[in-house]
Amino acid sequence: MSRRISQSYIYGWLLLMPAAIFLIAFTYYPAVATLAKSFFSQGTALKPSEFVGFENFAYMLDDDVFWKVAWNNIMYAVGTIPISIALAILMAVWVNGKLPLRSITRMAYFTPTILPMIAVANIWLFFYTPDIGLLDQVSAVFGLPSHNWLGDPDTVLGCIIAITIWKEAGFFMIFYLAALQTLPPELEEAARLEGASRWYYFRRVMFPLLMPTTLFVLINAVINSFKLVDHLFILTKGGPDNASSLLLYYIYEVAFSFLDQAYASTLTVVLLLMLALIAVGQFYFLDKRVHYR
Amino acid sequence: MLTKLKRRAGQLALAAALSLGLTSTASAIELTMYYPVAVGGALTKIVDGLVADFEKANPDIKVNAIYAGNYNDARIKALAALKSGEPAQTSVMFSIDIYELIEQGAIVAFDDVVKSAEDKAWLETFYPALMENGKTQGKTWGIPFQRSTIVMYYNKDAFRAAGLDPEQPPATWEELVSMGKKLTKKSGGNVDQWGVMIPSTGYPYWMFGALAMQNGQTLMNGDGNQTHFDAPATVEALQYWKDLGEKHGVMPSGTIEWGTLRQNFLEGKTAIMWHSTGNLTTVKNNAKFDFGVAMLPAMKRRGTPTGGGNFYIFQKSTDEEKAAALKLIKFLTQPERTAEWSIKTGYLGTRPDAYETDALKAYVKEFPPAAVARDQLEFATAELSTYQTGRVRKLLDDAIQAALTGSKSPAEALGDAQKQADRLLKRYR
Repeated sequence: MSRRISQSYIYGWLLLMPAAIFLIAFTYYPAVATLAKSFFSQGTALKPSEFVGFENFAYMLDDDVFWKVAWNNIMYAVGTIPISIALAILMAVWVNGKLPLRSITRMAYFTPTILPMIAVANIWLFFYTPDIGLLDQVSAVFGLPSHNWLGDPDTVLGCIIAITIWKEAGFFMIFYLAALQTLPPELEEAARLEGASRWYYFRRVMFPLLMPTTLFVLINAVINSFKLVDHLFILTKGGPDNASSLLLYYIYEVAFSFLDQAYASTLTVVLLLMLALIAVGQFYFLDKRVHYR
Repeated sequence: MLTKLKRRAGQLALAAALSLGLTSTASAIELTMYYPVAVGGALTKIVDGLVADFEKANPDIKVNAIYAGNYNDARIKALAALKSGEPAQTSVMFSIDIYELIEQGAIVAFDDVVKSAEDKAWLETFYPALMENGKTQGKTWGIPFQRSTIVMYYNKDAFRAAGLDPEQPPATWEELVSMGKKLTKKSGGNVDQWGVMIPSTGYPYWMFGALAMQNGQTLMNGDGNQTHFDAPATVEALQYWKDLGEKHGVMPSGTIEWGTLRQNFLEGKTAIMWHSTGNLTTVKNNAKFDFGVAMLPAMKRRGTPTGGGNFYIFQKSTDEEKAAALKLIKFLTQPERTAEWSIKTGYLGTRPDAYETDALKAYVKEFPPAAVARDQLEFATAELSTYQTGRVRKLLDDAIQAALTGSKSPAEALGDAQKQADRLLKRYR
C-alpha cells in the first residue's frame, strides 16, 4: 500500500518536473538571486563584492533619478490605463454591433497590437519630429507653430503615453469583444422593452457583466505600464533630462550602461515588490466587486 | 618545456602541411575576436574579408571574428565571456571603455606585449589625437581601428540662396550665428529652414566635447578621475549652445533628435548640421542638393572629440595568444589595410602613412570631403571617458538636456553634474 503511494508520488513529481525545472531555473532562481545581489556591493577586479546590508537601498532613496523615474512611471500608468481601457470598451461595443466591413474594422483596430514595439517607435519618431513630422505638417495646415514634441520635457511623456494607448487599446479590445459575445441577447431585449436608455443599459447591465474581463485587463495594463519600455530605446532614450525615463528603462541603464548590477538588482527588487503589492491589492479589493457568472 | 614541444610540433606540422600543400589546424593558435558595428550593413563582410586575408598570410593562426552588435553589446559580451572563463583574446570595443576594462582587470597594456624595437616603433605610428583615448597611466591600452570625428555638413545651395559664399562655411562661433541668421528662413510664425542643428539626444556629451574644446576646455583629465564640468569655459560653451536656440533663434530650442537629424538635413530643414563622419557616405548617396563638409568652427581654437572603437588585448590569454593577437592587430592596421578600410567605411585612416597610399590619395582627390576629418585631427581631443564612465557620461547628458530645455541654467546644471561626478570619482584619485 505504502509502496503504491510512494510510487504515485514519484510519478506525480516526474510529471511536474519539466515545468518545475524551467520555472525554477528561469523564474524563481533569478528572483532569489536578484534579492541576494541587492545586499552586496558591485565587485570589480580590484575590489571584490562584499555584503553591504541596506546600503544599496539607502543609495536608492538618495537617488534623484530614481524618484523622477518612479514618478514618471506613476504618471505613465495613470495616463495609459484608464484611457486605453475606455477606448477598448468603446471599440469593442462598436465592432460588436452590425456594421458594414465588420471584420476589416476589427482587424484595423487590432493591427497596432501585432506590430513590434521597435517598429512602432520608428514610425512614431517621424510623426513627432519637428517640422518634417506628420504632426507638425498637419498642424501647419491650420497655421499652428511647429513644436518639438519629444524635445520638450512638458510634452515628451504625453507623447510616449499616446503611443502606448494606441498600441494597447486594440489588444484589450479583443478581450472585451470576446466577453461581449458571451452576453445573452435577452438582457438587451429586456432592457429595451423596459424602456432603458442605451447608457443606462451599459452602466447597469453590460459594464457589471464585463467586470471579470475588466479585472483581467486592468492587471495586464498595470503590469504593462511597468514593463513596456521598448519604444524608449528608439524615441527618447529616457530624455530630455530623464523626463520620459521609466523604472525598467532606468534599471536597464544601471545594469548595462553603468555596469552596476548590484544597484540594478536593488531597483528590480523594488519594482517586483511594487507590482506584487498592486496585484494583491487588485485581487483583494476588486474581487469583491466582480460578478462572476 | 611543454610549450617548446608544442611549438616544435607546430613547426613540424606546418612544414608537413606546406609540403603537402594543405593547411593544418592541429596545432594552430586560435584567436577569438569580438567586434561591434555601429553603422550597420556591409561592414561585417569587410571585416570577414580582412580576417580571411590575415589567415591566408598566417596559416598557423585561426581567427574567429564574431560580430557582437553595437558598442554596448560588444562590451557586455566580451566581459561575460571573460567571466565565464572562455574569454576572447582580442576585441574591438568602444575607445572610452578603457577605464572600465582596466578596472575589471580585463586588458593588458600593449607596452607589456610588444617585444621588438620594431613593434615599439609601431605604437608611435598612429595619429596622436586618436591615441589619447587609448593611453592612461603612462601606457598604451588601445590601438585605434574604427575611428571618427564630428564634422559640419552644410547645404551649399542654401548658402547660395542666402547670398553667402558656398566655399566659405562658418569658421568661428560668431560666423555660425551671423550666417545662421541669414540661413534661417521664416514664413509667418513658422520656420521653413533653420540655420544650424546640433543633435542633443543620443550622444549629447560627444557634441558638447566639441563645443568645450573650441572654448579651450577639455572635459576630463588624462587619468580619468577628474571632470571639468563646472569650469567657467565649460559653462560658457553650454551657454553658447543654448543661446543658438533661445537668444539667436538659428536653431530650434529644446533638444534635437540624433536619429532624425540626417533626415532634417536631407530635406532641407536645416542648412547646417553637426554629425559624425560616419554619415558621410549616406549623405553623399542621398543628398539631392550640393553639399559641403567642413571642420567645426572655432571660438578660442578649433576642436572636436574623436569617437569610435579601439583594439584591446585581453589579460586572460597565453603569451603565444597575445603575440598572435598583436600580429593580427598589426596586420589590420597596416597602411594599405587602413586605407582600404577607410574608403569602404568612411571611418578615418588612423595613421598618416595611410593617406600616402595610392588608393586613399586617389579617393581623397576624387572626393575631398573624405579628408576633412583627417585635417581636423590636428585639433582633436579625447572623447569623454572616465572611471564609472557610463554614470559620469549620463550626468553630463542630463545636465546638457536640462540646460537646453530650460529646466536649469547652464551653470546650475553643470555644477550639479560636477558635484555628483566628484562623488563617483573620489575613490579613484
